[in-house]
Amino acid sequence: MTFFLVASIVKILVVFTVIMVGVALLTLAERRICAWIQDRLGPNRVGPEGLLQPAADGLKNLLKEETLPGQADRLLFVLAPALAFVPALLAIAVVPFGAPLPTPWGDVPLVVADLPVGFLYILAIGSLGVYGVVLAGWSSNNKYALLGGLRSSAQMISYEIALGMSTVAVLLLAGNVTLSDVVARQQQSLFTWNVFPLGLAYFIFTVAAFAETNRLPFDLPEAEAELIAGYHTEYSAMKFSMFYIAEYANMVTASALMATLFFGGWDIPFTHWDDAPPWTVAKTLATLGVFALKVCCFLFLYIWVRWTLPRFRYDQLMALGWKVMLPLALVYIALLATAIWVLHDRLGWTYDSRFALALCGLNVLLAIPLFFVLDRGHLIASSVAEGGA
Amino acid sequence: MPVTLVLFWTFAAIAVGSALLCITRRSAVASALWLVVTLFQIAALFVLLDAQFLAVLQVLVYAGAIMVLFLFVIMLLNLGRATASDIKGPTGLAIATLLAGVMGLQLFVLARAAPPADLALPAGGLEAAQRAQGMVAMVARPLFDTYLVPFEITSVLLLAAIVGAVVLAKRHL
Repeated sequence: MTFFLVASIVKILVVFTVIMVGVALLTLAERRICAWIQDRLGPNRVGPEGLLQPAADGLKNLLKEETLPGQADRLLFVLAPALAFVPALLAIAVVPFGAPLPTPWGDVPLVVADLPVGFLYILAIGSLGVYGVVLAGWSSNNKYALLGGLRSSAQMISYEIALGMSTVAVLLLAGNVTLSDVVARQQQSLFTWNVFPLGLAYFIFTVAAFAETNRLPFDLPEAEAELIAGYHTEYSAMKFSMFYIAEYANMVTASALMATLFFGGWDIPFTHWDDAPPWTVAKTLATLGVFALKVCCFLFLYIWVRWTLPRFRYDQLMALGWKVMLPLALVYIALLATAIWVLHDRLGWTYDSRFALALCGLNVLLAIPLFFVLDRGHLIASSVAEGGA
Repeated sequence: MPVTLVLFWTFAAIAVGSALLCITRRSAVASALWLVVTLFQIAALFVLLDAQFLAVLQVLVYAGAIMVLFLFVIMLLNLGRATASDIKGPTGLAIATLLAGVMGLQLFVLARAAPPADLALPAGGLEAAQRAQGMVAMVARPLFDTYLVPFEITSVLLLAAIVGAVVLAKRHL
């Protein structure tokens, strides 16, 4: 019991520190990658290659004057940044990030809390993040902020459904909701990584995750061209930067989830060395490294998309959420459940690469017409026509 | 006092306190937020009862979805200016007090009475069932197996409510 408590406290401290440092570096990474995409240099003056830029920004935000709008609801105005920040950090608690670490007192699983309801906890905590944004918008007593808050609540509710539905596919295949089981299930081979049997679910999950984290092309709550800065128009100094930390922490969580649910979690591909006991420190470090690498890839994807795609219009966002993503997710789950039932119960296949590849084939068959429909004759069809002519 | 008992009284006290605040605040947004706090405490009580699945659903469905929509509607309709005409007169107050008294009496009687034998689980039965089926299956199996028909009928009820709301809101479809 004492060991469990000590281990948990150490894990919480380490994960918290890593996330905060990671978020700080991520702000720099975003600016540098953005500069690279736009053929600029980006911040490179403070420290080597601009590495100390986040520290300088943090210091500036701490020393800046805090403003409080005269007509604001004081309590909620102060509380809102914290309400945005806390759920963003809480959600990471159930994500397993490495093989168990052997210590003289027993193996320590590298997950802060391996809850029996694992994955549902993330959905529950994730759904609370909207309060910070909505209350910030309302308590500012500013019409642009309020519009941002309203947009945010509508957007989050809409895409939460698609997000939840896309993960039902993962749970169908894993047969369990704890994330360690989801990871264990994917370790058999490269093709049992869920992205192969559940490619479309991954597509839906990624789109919904972009909307849930308020990132471009779905950053309507803060669309600066229409709403000044949306829900955080009235915020300054550290309270303003809390919203940014929350956004980046949400990105880290979403990336960690993509890696865990669809890309094998901490599994190293092409080898079974890392999957089974006896656990060693080398295995722990290697799996930690692989997991960090996967998370960084998705973080790069986030930044890449942000500086590539333009922002959606609000009605387009809602139409995409309710008229495309939700029906797509529902139909997909129905087809997938049928396919799993046929393969597992009728043909008696056990879950292995063959099973995964069969489902992968189904996904490819579904994906081809889907992309033609989503494309609406803009890119694919016109290029095919040109090639034929 | 064991730890769980301390936790129970803490959560229960906050739940009752925030429920009281929820019905006494003038501002609709404050009321809604106190209700969210109450829902959280109830989720915590579910965890103490070893029903983590229910706790998560409580947070996910009520705190995370329904209350967000409540806030959305409150913010759209009235921007925090409560009017005195919202407060009910002496008749309303009398009826509310009466109902609260009846409910308090019922709770008092219930707390005294022993629960019927067929409602009580055998000692350790919950843990055994959770180990055998997992936390989610324990709720899912009765819902989608034993009580499938009542469950589906409930969903028809909800559908009827949604259709009704759409018809009321949109006269010209």
